[in-house]
Amino acid sequence: MNNFLRSFLLFEIVKGFALTLKYMFFVPRVTVNYPYEKGPISPRFRGQHALRRYPNGEERCIGCKLCEAICPALAITIEVEPREDGSRRTTKYDIDMTKCIYCGLCEEACPVDAIVEGPNFEYATETREELFYNKEKLLDNGDRWEAQLASNLAADAPYR
Amino acid sequence: MRAKTAENLDIAEETRIKPMTMNFGPQHPAAHGVLRLVLEMEGEIVERADPHIGLLHRGTEKLIEHKTYTQALPYFDRLDYVCPMNQEHAFALAVEKLLGITVPKRGQYIRVLFCEVGRVLNHLLSLTTFALDVGAITPSLWGFEEREKGMEIYERVSGARMHANYFRPGGVARDMPAGLTDDILEWCDSVEGYMNDLNTLFTGNRIFKQRTVDIGVVSKDEALDWGFSGPMLRGSGVAWDLRKSQPYDSYEDFDFDIPIGKTGDCYARYLVRVAEVFESIKIMKQAIENMPDGPVKTDDRKVCPPPRAEMKSSMEAMIHHFKLYTEGFHVPAGETYTAVEAPKGEFGVYLVSDGTNKPYRCRIRAPGFAHLQAFDFMSKGHQLADAVSIIGSLDIVFGEIDR
Repeated sequence: MNNFLRSFLLFEIVKGFALTLKYMFFVPRVTVNYPYEKGPISPRFRGQHALRRYPNGEERCIGCKLCEAICPALAITIEVEPREDGSRRTTKYDIDMTKCIYCGLCEEACPVDAIVEGPNFEYATETREELFYNKEKLLDNGDRWEAQLASNLAADAPYR
Repeated sequence: MRAKTAENLDIAEETRIKPMTMNFGPQHPAAHGVLRLVLEMEGEIVERADPHIGLLHRGTEKLIEHKTYTQALPYFDRLDYVCPMNQEHAFALAVEKLLGITVPKRGQYIRVLFCEVGRVLNHLLSLTTFALDVGAITPSLWGFEEREKGMEIYERVSGARMHANYFRPGGVARDMPAGLTDDILEWCDSVEGYMNDLNTLFTGNRIFKQRTVDIGVVSKDEALDWGFSGPMLRGSGVAWDLRKSQPYDSYEDFDFDIPIGKTGDCYARYLVRVAEVFESIKIMKQAIENMPDGPVKTDDRKVCPPPRAEMKSSMEAMIHHFKLYTEGFHVPAGETYTAVEAPKGEFGVYLVSDGTNKPYRCRIRAPGFAHLQAFDFMSKGHQLADAVSIIGSLDIVFGEIDR
């Protein structure tokens, strides 16, 4: 009898509607107004690549090619030559961002914390060519994001 | 068109309608990715269903043969992109088995914890899109909120919301950041709350029941014959779970139940998945409560790179670091089949090593593939709309089927 009444009065459907109405009026908004509000990201976030510099302005990368060797997608191309002052530096450091799978292995492999994957994820472009990053672009990224990159690396250092 | 004359007009011939061949997908929203179904329809009834696959084939198995073991790992994230870490787990376990190394207890517990996070993520997606397939949009709007929180947990631990690259042969990439476990516990409660809401909305709902009860019935024997695993097998009443039957990592330490269905229809599979979410939450809570201290990866320097601080100060560690990131580690010759209970079923990796730093062969057994091949007999005689709910309950993801 109870079952019959429940079924006849559309009990479960009424209950469902009550729940959706509860959500409609009493549950706070969860969506994010994206370009103006953003979701949180952690210090480990793997976004756009950057080449970092030492505080004195010297580039960190020594051209050991570990990142090139470990890259599963073969996205990194490096050419190395000794500079006039005798130090070993890259003459070419290209990342094909369209090949990159953002696995973070380059960052892990780098012995001098030069190549990092930073917190920036808003670098969509209109043409494909703009995503073939060269050394200049990567160093520029590094200069632009250095403050955050350094604090992220420091925050995550105890775990690495 | 041939003109109809009195001679060739045959009434019986004229009224019989040829089965209509219909394409379903690959752009159909209910095709769960890039499934192309060629359906032979007798009116509204499906006579024969022919799944065409391969639209997302990327040659993962072949690519892995040309990558070192470290480089091969990210490919596993991209198989079943709904629960990436569970796939990595199978590969990591297979490599560990060939290497003969054991993972420290904390590493094992972290893996168990994140496997269960992955299971919840998968079931949240699977249940809500199933609901979407049968015509309810609300659960997916609510469920994706919880899923997003779960992916934030993934991001905090690994750095990426989906393609984690976190489990490594020998342990996990790095320890969890402080405070993450508290947030996982909080998330467990909010998922539980959501699942209760889903139950209220759905489990007794007559519309949902009309669409799922007695649709796509698979008997116990059929399920076993077709190589089903995971919730598909359990939905047909077979209590089989690799986490219980051959515990890997530390699953034997955990207290959880295997939910099974009775009827083997879409509704039973839905109920099994709902119950599994609650079991996963139970495991996550136990893993956090009993999380041991200690290292998260093996200290075998021939397999796992040294910590960065050590690498920068010790010459030996530096050499190990360089060796591991260029040549990688060599795995003794041998072969293994290692399977884990992925959210979709038995995900296995058959790994053949010839003693070099790259796998000789890596065959991937994807559960979705076995489930999809049963689609023909499951949908036979059902209406077109029921074929959609069967696809929903199969929980197929094309990343792993096409590989």
